[in-house]
Amino acid sequence: MSAASRGGKGRAHATSPRDAGAARVAGERLGFAGVAVQIGERTLLEGVDFTVAPGEVVALAGRNGAGKTTLLRIASGERAADAGRVRLGDDDVARLSRRALARRVALVPQDLHVPFPFRVGELVLMGRAPHQPLIGLESERDVELARAALERLGIADLADRPVTTLSGGERQLVLVARALVQEPGLLLLDEPTAFLDLRHRVEVLREVRAFARAGGSALVVSHDLSLAARTCDRIVLLGGGGIVGQGPPDHVLRPETLRAAFGIDVRTFAGPDGAMVVVPDLGAGG
Amino acid sequence: MIRLSGLRLVGVLGALVAVLVIVALVALATGPSGVGVGDVMALLRGESIDPAARDILLAVRLPRLVLGLLVGAALATAGAVFQALLRNPLADPFVLGISGGAALAGIGVLALGGVVAISPRVVPIAAFGGGLVATALLYWIAGGRGRSSPTGLLLTGVVFNAFASAGIVFLASVAGFFEGSRIFLWLIGHLSAVDVDAAGLVAASVVLGLGVACLLARSLNLLALGDETAAHLGVPVEAHRRWLLLATSLMVGAAVAVSGLIGFVGLIVPHALRLVIGSDHRLLVPATALAGASFLVLSDTVARTLLDGRELPVGAVTALVGGPLFIFLLRRAQARGPLA
Repeated sequence: MSAASRGGKGRAHATSPRDAGAARVAGERLGFAGVAVQIGERTLLEGVDFTVAPGEVVALAGRNGAGKTTLLRIASGERAADAGRVRLGDDDVARLSRRALARRVALVPQDLHVPFPFRVGELVLMGRAPHQPLIGLESERDVELARAALERLGIADLADRPVTTLSGGERQLVLVARALVQEPGLLLLDEPTAFLDLRHRVEVLREVRAFARAGGSALVVSHDLSLAARTCDRIVLLGGGGIVGQGPPDHVLRPETLRAAFGIDVRTFAGPDGAMVVVPDLGAGG
Repeated sequence: MIRLSGLRLVGVLGALVAVLVIVALVALATGPSGVGVGDVMALLRGESIDPAARDILLAVRLPRLVLGLLVGAALATAGAVFQALLRNPLADPFVLGISGGAALAGIGVLALGGVVAISPRVVPIAAFGGGLVATALLYWIAGGRGRSSPTGLLLTGVVFNAFASAGIVFLASVAGFFEGSRIFLWLIGHLSAVDVDAAGLVAASVVLGLGVACLLARSLNLLALGDETAAHLGVPVEAHRRWLLLATSLMVGAAVAVSGLIGFVGLIVPHALRLVIGSDHRLLVPATALAGASFLVLSDTVARTLLDGRELPVGAVTALVGGPLFIFLLRRAQARGPLA
């Protein structure tokens, strides 16, 4: 695909009438500069530089254990970088309070174990916590936001179900709804589609695109490179203790770059929609 | 969509207050001395009643009632808070050995009291310290931070309890001033020895602990989802957990100092309430305090009257109800997935 089509690509793929009236999001610029991560004595990552700009969806890819989730944790303030700086707008993430950060950044974890039978509606409303005083009840607006998020993700009928009775896929959708209700400027998603069927994958990624179109920024950890090529503006590919490639999908998704990240041969080609498709080369010819 | 509205909050808590008032009146009107409902009503209306009946109501039954309310509220609330913090529906101050730690420290001070003069007011403080140490040890041994395995936590609690019981018997024997039956009462938990001196301190501890738990109830909702999630939703995890553990240790320490090891209140009450009113701690915590107070007073009334003329320690009643429930919950949790 041509570089010219890249800028508007995600937008073209994610056009949806549902978000036509979506409110503007005050997007946050996330910037990693010279970030290093140590796990014990071992250096997991070094010299990580990349940004996620407002209005942009960036995929974070790489093999298992490459440090994708760790970078999300650093961006969410859960863990500190061992070197370098992580900025959110003009602020150093490490210096923001938990509450201030939670108003600007929402994280969708891979999964959530809930030991008590909270209702789906209750769990989604918990996304409003960073905006609420220490004690008090949810406002009408809070409830409206939760209801709208559940509807957008097609799970309004689950609102009164105990979370403990949901499937893994349903739980993931609930977690995405909770993150949207948090009204963040930056959305961090850790393999948000891992347990989802094809239809719900598209629904979630469409919501992420809509969020970016409204002005928000999103960083998505993904193993599905072909899907990332269709939904993300840029891909940051981790491998060998750092970034092996970053840029538009058709720039990063090349056999030599992917080989550097995953250590296997892959084939890439443009799909019928013009975006890249990545398939492993299973080496039939040896 | 189910949500916690002001109406629901007031409705549920109002109903529980009504239940508590009825239970309190029943408790006041029940006893072997023949002083009954008529005397209670006359007293409430401000009419003059027989001085002996008045003494029984105000000097015997009322202090015991108040003590039961405080201890019940403390133990039940502590159970609800521990369950959320440890993300384990089986947590309870007795099961986890927190009560054991508090009792051991309390007995230690009492035993020491045989050697040096110590005010009975010190006992609740020592019990608070013991509960705090037991909580810290529990977190340390079982891995803490909500990631500990449920089995590990429960095993730690079992060992704590065995150790604390042995320690209590040992200390009491060494001190030599406890006749056997009093040690027995401490170990099984009772409300029969009302220590008026310590009552004020106990009341203050319970009110303070409850206040903290109610104030941080929203954080409890989030902490029940795990430390990471709570942090991502803006909770200062370490600070709030520290306050909650202090508050619960304070309540458990105070309760144990006056009543010994009453078990399972913190397991039964929050569990039963969750089935009816849901898991939102903003409602669950105050509701648990009210229902815990009712439950323990009712249990004590049963304990006082079940055997004609002879009194059962209330801890025997709660354990007879709570033990089977615990086994049932454990079985169900195992059926849903491996506990370890």
